[in-house]
Amino acid sequence: MTTTATTTPRPAVAVHARPWWRRALLTREWATVALLAVVYAVALGTVTGFDGPLTITYLVLDITPVLLVAMPMTAIILTGEIDLSVASVVGLSSVTLGVLYQAGLPMAAAALAAALVGVLCGLVNGTLVAYLGLPSLAVTIGTLALFRGLAVGLLGTTAVTTFPESWTDGARATFGDSPLPVVTVVLAVVVVAFAVLLHATPFGRDVFDIGRTREAARFSGVDVRRTLLVLFVLSGLVSALAGVYYTLRYGSARGDNATGLELQVVAAVLLGGVSIFGGRGAVHGVVAGVLLIGVLAAALRLENVTVNLINIVIGALLVLSVVSPRVVAAVARRRRPVSSKAHRPERDRSIERSQR
Amino acid sequence: MKLSDRKVPARRPRTVVVAAMVAGLALVTGACSDDGGGGGADDGGGGGDGTTITFLPKNLGNPYFDASSTGGQEAAEEFGGVFDEVGPDQATPDAQVPFINTAAQQGVDALVVSANDPRAIGDALDEARSAGTKVVTFDSDTDPEFRDVFVNQASAEGIAAKQLELVSEQIGGSGQIAILSASANATNQNAWIALMEDMLASEYPDVELVEIAYGDDDDQTSFDKTAALLQSHPDLKGIVSPTTVGIAAAARYVSTSEHKGKVAITGLGTPNQMREYVEDGTVTSFALWNPEDLGYLAAHAAKALADEEITGAEGDTFTAGRLGEFTVGANGEVLLGEPFVFDESNIADFDF
Repeated sequence: MTTTATTTPRPAVAVHARPWWRRALLTREWATVALLAVVYAVALGTVTGFDGPLTITYLVLDITPVLLVAMPMTAIILTGEIDLSVASVVGLSSVTLGVLYQAGLPMAAAALAAALVGVLCGLVNGTLVAYLGLPSLAVTIGTLALFRGLAVGLLGTTAVTTFPESWTDGARATFGDSPLPVVTVVLAVVVVAFAVLLHATPFGRDVFDIGRTREAARFSGVDVRRTLLVLFVLSGLVSALAGVYYTLRYGSARGDNATGLELQVVAAVLLGGVSIFGGRGAVHGVVAGVLLIGVLAAALRLENVTVNLINIVIGALLVLSVVSPRVVAAVARRRRPVSSKAHRPERDRSIERSQR
Repeated sequence: MKLSDRKVPARRPRTVVVAAMVAGLALVTGACSDDGGGGGADDGGGGGDGTTITFLPKNLGNPYFDASSTGGQEAAEEFGGVFDEVGPDQATPDAQVPFINTAAQQGVDALVVSANDPRAIGDALDEARSAGTKVVTFDSDTDPEFRDVFVNQASAEGIAAKQLELVSEQIGGSGQIAILSASANATNQNAWIALMEDMLASEYPDVELVEIAYGDDDDQTSFDKTAALLQSHPDLKGIVSPTTVGIAAAARYVSTSEHKGKVAITGLGTPNQMREYVEDGTVTSFALWNPEDLGYLAAHAAKALADEEITGAEGDTFTAGRLGEFTVGANGEVLLGEPFVFDESNIADFDF
């Protein structure tokens, strides 16, 4: 029974033997996608008002800043680092846009300046982490406070709300009578760009390599410092774009805009199957993670569930998504020695299981 | 042989995924069904003749808004409406917007909002109104174009007049008083102080305002300024503090000094901050509005709008249960009335 098996190249056979859909479902990413589909279907069937066209409009508008920032966050977490200052960059770029527009600059120029501020923030984070070798967790907790402090300090408790309506309406506009907001185009471009960058370029391979084993990546010629710096700058830039969107959507530049957004982003990225230790994850999983949290929150709000319970559900889901694969794996490991009669350490697991 | 190899290996990983999904779903659907029951019951009421009213305070877990929602619920029960309270955990406008959107999707009859920003939630309110939802603001207004009616807790004249009435009464109608304000450029406080100065000149000839001090709405600064006021004006008989931080700090200083019981402290304060000073005799009475009445009136205004009894135009009148009849003033404002006076006899009834 097993003697013939040892002569075949098993791992290849085992992988290709499975139908494509089964292989796909085995990944964390597609599990999240499947969960999203189920939650969406359940919400459609049971939540009053969820099937209305406004649901999609508001859902997309609500998740836009989270999804935008989640893209560079995914890349950074893939390297094993983290950027907790993103929400403060959103706030600072929002305030920059407001202050400069109020000072008489044209909108486009003010938006460009806001983006530059984001790049600067990213340079600060990136330099400290990549070139001074400081831990990103500590650095970005520091800059979280620093950038937020600057944002609130610049505007105080006031808000700039005099933005031209053509811009603010544009941020919330939909395609004709369809419920799909125009901003979906921006989302699609950014998501596809990051998907290509991470999954189809040498730069993306470097990102994964750094996350798996940084030393090995360095010895194999990856410029770890430059890669990290680029990622933090991208994070600053995209966060600043999210800040501009945020300002226009709510028609208000305030120092406290997007407070706490960083935790929503990190939660969505982890829910999407990205390993917090780096090296593992995919963009489609993160998109599903962001949408899953968005759909859940929208459905629960329609049921008049209080915000505290919504947070509890999302938090519990996150913990569960991290814990349950490990628990199941541990249970499976404990069962295996009992069921496998022959002990062959040189064999791979699939053979041992085939003996059951 | 190979067949068995092919089929079986998928088993363990699939178990992992299925188990994870089942566990996740159990959580999700469990939470949904729990509240789905409550939501369903609400919808049943809404489907009948009950007016659906949703309160959206600045944030949840704030005793002040707990009190206003209690008032709103009381009103809704009286007229057979369906009351819901939703809100964010942080008092920011962007956090309020999804709840306004949700109310629009649900098609609630009226939304009663305390705005975290006069403009940032405006577009969302517009969308809700174009979906047929009436919008009442209370406590904190938006720009007038975004709502039907604003239920104002107190007018500047009312606040100024009530504080002078209290201090004059407590110092026996004559003597020196001082004002302990917030910061020197606080818009509200400066408007009240200007009105108080006018009223002092015309209605209280024997009361002399000797100094206006600024405690910057900081507890320690206000405490120190109180000490300085009492030192530099030995004949001072009363301090008026039109800010909740200032009055509490002034009362704390006086309660442990030799001035206790001799120098009157009054102004605008909250019952929870002032309770111990009223109980130990430092403070006789102070003013604010009653948030329960505010919520009660806002709910009645929402009901009147939903019934198209009023449109929010100046001169519209409606009846608000136990509070009586109200008239909509300029800019769609409804005034709750004179500030409410808290003293030893009623402070135990309030928790905010």
